[in-house]
Amino acid sequence: MTESVIQVENLVKRFGETVAVDGIDFSLARGAVAGLLGGNGAGKTTTIAMLLGLLLPSSGSIRILGEDMLRHRHRVLPRMNFSSPYVDLPHRLTVRQNLSVYGRLYGVADPRERIAVLASDLQFKEFLDRPTGNLSAGQKTRVTLAKSLLNEPELLLLDEPTASLDPDTGDWVRGYLQAYRQRTNASILLASHNMGEVERLCGDVLMMRRGKIVDRGAPGELLTRYGRSSLEEVFLDIAREPEAA
Amino acid sequence: MTGSIISRRGAFLMSLRRIEAMLLRYLYLLQGSWPRVLDLIYWPTIQMVLWGFTSQFFATNSSWVAKASGVLLGAVLLWDVLWRSQLGISLSFLEEMWARNLGNLFATPLRPYEWVLSFFAMSFVRVVIATVPAMLLAIPFYDYSIFSLGLPLIGFFGALMAMGWAVGLVVIALILRYGMGAEGIAWAVIFLLAPVSAVYYPVSALPSWLQAVAMLLPSAHVFEGMRAVMMEHRFPWDRFAAAVLLDLLYLGIGMAAFL
Repeated sequence: MTESVIQVENLVKRFGETVAVDGIDFSLARGAVAGLLGGNGAGKTTTIAMLLGLLLPSSGSIRILGEDMLRHRHRVLPRMNFSSPYVDLPHRLTVRQNLSVYGRLYGVADPRERIAVLASDLQFKEFLDRPTGNLSAGQKTRVTLAKSLLNEPELLLLDEPTASLDPDTGDWVRGYLQAYRQRTNASILLASHNMGEVERLCGDVLMMRRGKIVDRGAPGELLTRYGRSSLEEVFLDIAREPEAA
Repeated sequence: MTGSIISRRGAFLMSLRRIEAMLLRYLYLLQGSWPRVLDLIYWPTIQMVLWGFTSQFFATNSSWVAKASGVLLGAVLLWDVLWRSQLGISLSFLEEMWARNLGNLFATPLRPYEWVLSFFAMSFVRVVIATVPAMLLAIPFYDYSIFSLGLPLIGFFGALMAMGWAVGLVVIALILRYGMGAEGIAWAVIFLLAPVSAVYYPVSALPSWLQAVAMLLPSAHVFEGMRAVMMEHRFPWDRFAAAVLLDLLYLGIGMAAFL
C-alpha cells in the first residue's frame, strides 16, 4: 500500500456565511505530484493555508506525514515547506540574511552551505547580498523557491510557483522541481493557473470550483473524459459548466 | 531513558536556535537601517535634555526637588525603559505585519513562546540602545548619574521592562484580533498609564480613587521606590515585591492574550 503524505477528509472552511472550502477529500502519495486547479476563489489557496496550519478548518481532518495537523503541526512543519506569491520575505533584509534566518528556523544544520548550494542551483549568487525588496519579480520568485527548499522538504506546497517568471525561467524552474522530486522522492502539491505546468509536472489533477473538488484524475484521463486536447480546454469546460440545481 | 534525555536536549537546542533566528532577524533589520537606530536614541536623549534643564530650575525653586536633584531626571530615564520595552515588543511584531511575513513565519516550526522570547530579547536590546546613551550623557550634562542608584537600578529596570513586555503582548493580541486598525494603540497605550504611574510626582498627589488604581501598576511602585532610594536612602522591599508580583500577573495575562 502506498503511504499517504497528505490525507484530507471532509475538509470545510467557512468565513462567516461564505463557504470557501466545502467538504473536500483527497490524498497525496509519497513522491507524487498533484495539481490543484481552479479559477479565482475556487478554494485552492485556502486549502493550502489549512494544510500549512495557517488557517483552522471549520471541520474535517488533515493528516500530514502521518500526523494530525491540527494537534501536532509542530512535529510536521520541519519536514514541509511552501512558496506563495501572497507572502513576502522581509524586503529590508538581504537575500542571504533572509535565507539565514529561515535556515535556522527550519533547523538546517549548516545554513551557509545550504544557501550556497541553492544560490548556485537557482542562479541567484550575484544578488545574495542585495536587499530582497530591490529584486525583480522573477528574482523574488527564485528566492522564495529557495526558501521553500532550504530544509529539503518531504512535502512541498507551491502556490503559483512560476507566476512571475518569463517562459524560459519558468520552464527551467519546472525542470528543477522535477529533478528535486526525483532526487528526494518528495511529494508536491501545486496550485496553478498554468495548465502547461500542471500537465508537465502533475500525475494527478484536482479540479476545484466554489470550494468543491468537482473532478480529478491524471491529465490524460481528464483529456479523454472531456474529449479535449488540452487541460486548458478541460479547465474552461469545468469553470463554465452551469451549477447543478 | 538516555535517548529521551538526548532528544529533549536536542529539542531544547533547536528551540534556542529558532529564538536566535528571530533575534537575528530583528538585529539584521536594525543593523541595516541607521534611521531606526537614530530614532531609538533620539527621543530618550531629547527628553533627558529637556527634563535636565527643568530639574536644574526646580532644584533651586522647589524644596521637594531640591531634596534630590536627580529625581526628575531619574524618572524620565526610567520612564523610557518602560516605554521602549513595550515598543520593542510591539514594533518587532508590527515589522512582520508591514513586511507581510507572518505567513512564512507561521508555517515554520517556530513556536509562539519562542517568538515571544525573541521579542523579549530584542526589546532588551532596543531598550539598552535607546536609554544607555541618554543615561551616560546626563552625567557630563547635568552632573547626574542614574547609576548612583546602585543595585536597586537593576531591580527597577527589570520591573519596568517586564511591565513593558506585558503591555506589548496585549497590544499584539489586539492587533491580531482587530487588524492594523489597532496599530495606533502600540504608540499611544503607554501614555494612558503615565499619569497613574506617578512618574514625576508621588502617588499621594493623585486623587484617592486614582491612588488605588496606581497601586495596581508595577510602574507606580517602581517610581515610588526610586524616590524612596533617592530621598530617603532606603530600598523599599515592599514596593519592589509588589511590582514583581504585579509584573508576573500582567505577564501571565499578556501571554494568555497573545497565545
